[in-house]
Amino acid sequence: MEITDKMIEKLADLSRLNFDGEQRDKMKGDLEKMIAFVDTLNSVNTDGVEPLIYMTNEPLELRKDAVGAELSQAEALSNAPSKDSDYFKVPKVLDK
Amino acid sequence: MKISPEILDQYQAVIGLEVHAQLLTKSKAFSSDRNEYGNLPNTNTSPISLGHPGTLPVLNEKSAEYAVRLGLACNCDIRELNEFARKNYFYADLPKGYQITQDTTPICTGGSISIKTPDGIAKNVGLTRIHMEEDSGKSIHDLSPFETLIDLNRAGVPLLEIVSEPDMSSGDEAYAYLTEVRKLFRYLEVCDGNMEEGSLRCDANISVMKKGSKVYGTRVEVKNLNSIRNVKRAIEFEINRHISVLENGGEIKKVTLTFNAATGETSIMRTKEEADDYRYFPEPDLQPLTISQEYIQSIKSTMPPLPNELFSKYVDELKLSEYDAGVLTDDKYFALYFEELLNHVADAKNATNWMMGEVKGYLNEMAIEIDKFDCTPIRLAEVINMVDEGTMGRSLASQQLFPLVVQHPSKSARALAEEFQLVQVGNEDELQSWIQQALDKYPEKVQEYRGGKKGIIGLFMGEVMRLSQGKADPKITSQLIQKALDQ
Repeated sequence: MEITDKMIEKLADLSRLNFDGEQRDKMKGDLEKMIAFVDTLNSVNTDGVEPLIYMTNEPLELRKDAVGAELSQAEALSNAPSKDSDYFKVPKVLDK
Repeated sequence: MKISPEILDQYQAVIGLEVHAQLLTKSKAFSSDRNEYGNLPNTNTSPISLGHPGTLPVLNEKSAEYAVRLGLACNCDIRELNEFARKNYFYADLPKGYQITQDTTPICTGGSISIKTPDGIAKNVGLTRIHMEEDSGKSIHDLSPFETLIDLNRAGVPLLEIVSEPDMSSGDEAYAYLTEVRKLFRYLEVCDGNMEEGSLRCDANISVMKKGSKVYGTRVEVKNLNSIRNVKRAIEFEINRHISVLENGGEIKKVTLTFNAATGETSIMRTKEEADDYRYFPEPDLQPLTISQEYIQSIKSTMPPLPNELFSKYVDELKLSEYDAGVLTDDKYFALYFEELLNHVADAKNATNWMMGEVKGYLNEMAIEIDKFDCTPIRLAEVINMVDEGTMGRSLASQQLFPLVVQHPSKSARALAEEFQLVQVGNEDELQSWIQQALDKYPEKVQEYRGGKKGIIGLFMGEVMRLSQGKADPKITSQLIQKALDQ
């Protein structure tokens, strides 16, 4: 399957990413390889086979509505690349 | 934009509402961190709600229970086999990159909410669906000039999304619908309905078309509506804007708008050039939820009385006015108080008068809700029954005994009446002495009465009541005054 610039654009938009020039070409190549891999799977005849969504047939386990272990604020923020003492920080989302 | 009534009248608006309700659970939808508003940022989190790799969601049983409760109250079909789905989008306050929701198998479909239009006509607003999902975190855009700050306390809070059919045609109908929905949430105790804190949120879909047309106009969506009144205002603003644009030969663009409560106007949040693409797929981390008939029956057996049921009962069976029935059922606990009161008094209308008068008046004066009211229905019934059996006049009971009963929660009404000597005086000698004093005070009025001004009798009645501190038996007193004047 051919990957067009338009498809890359749409995927980039959905992923909130930006690809230009070289990056876009590289992404195109990678994607084509991935799609080709899936095409191999598509060659298998699955007529009459139900899609497999769940790995078991076990019924859903429900949880009682009770408060359990919570992370401390410091623990919650500990893996964040950008933070202050209270919040995760991300690039400005809205220009206001 | 002033549009003439003749032009307005050529158009009809089509409105559907999407309501998000945060559920009143202790913990989150798929993890055990607290579901609580107003805590320090990022203090109610867990590896699951932070979306850390390798964590798995486990459904809170209350999420399903509340959905079934609401579905039963709205007469929805409740689905047996419920699948969860991932709704994929990237936003900084959505840690996993997807929201767990329901796509093709919402737990409730169909059903309706009954509203009253401004003309007092009953109307059913259909429900498209109700489904379970989880909330995102919160982005804070105005605390730092350079970054957006993220608080994930809200991430994973259980939600129900209630989608109405496009059955409403005015801001007033939307207002009535939301008022009913919120009342229902509060009766069912599934959501506190607080729009300012965002536990109840509403998006409005609005379009207009020429009356009688079969083709809907282009629709817009208005978000960030933080009160029921603002939903109505935003809808009215948009209907006007749409008609004005169309009348001037323009066309409506499919956009998402935000409402500015200060100006009363909407502005564009984003344009919808392309349809949203959330790439839904079944959530493989959660097995489907099965809702059995037995389970539905068990929820049914614990349902509280519903506001519309009580309203019908009060109007149809107790023959109360629609206004009184509306006030009585507006708040669940006010209605339950009245229900209990009915078990102890003979006359519903009488009980209603006390609820609408003394009780409501006291609550308003003290600015409290009925759960803080220190007079149990049984003790209020005692006061009412003392009036009914003639032990005490209505005004004496209302003005003197009722406040005492409220102030002394541990004493019975009868004991208080005795202690404060509030028992009605029917003894003729005592009454006669007050009546004589009253007549002596206004000799010229006595002459006026005898000259034919019969209405003046009320003056003497009032004077006797004042002299007796309200204790004179009004029936006997009135007879005796008449007799004295007619001599």
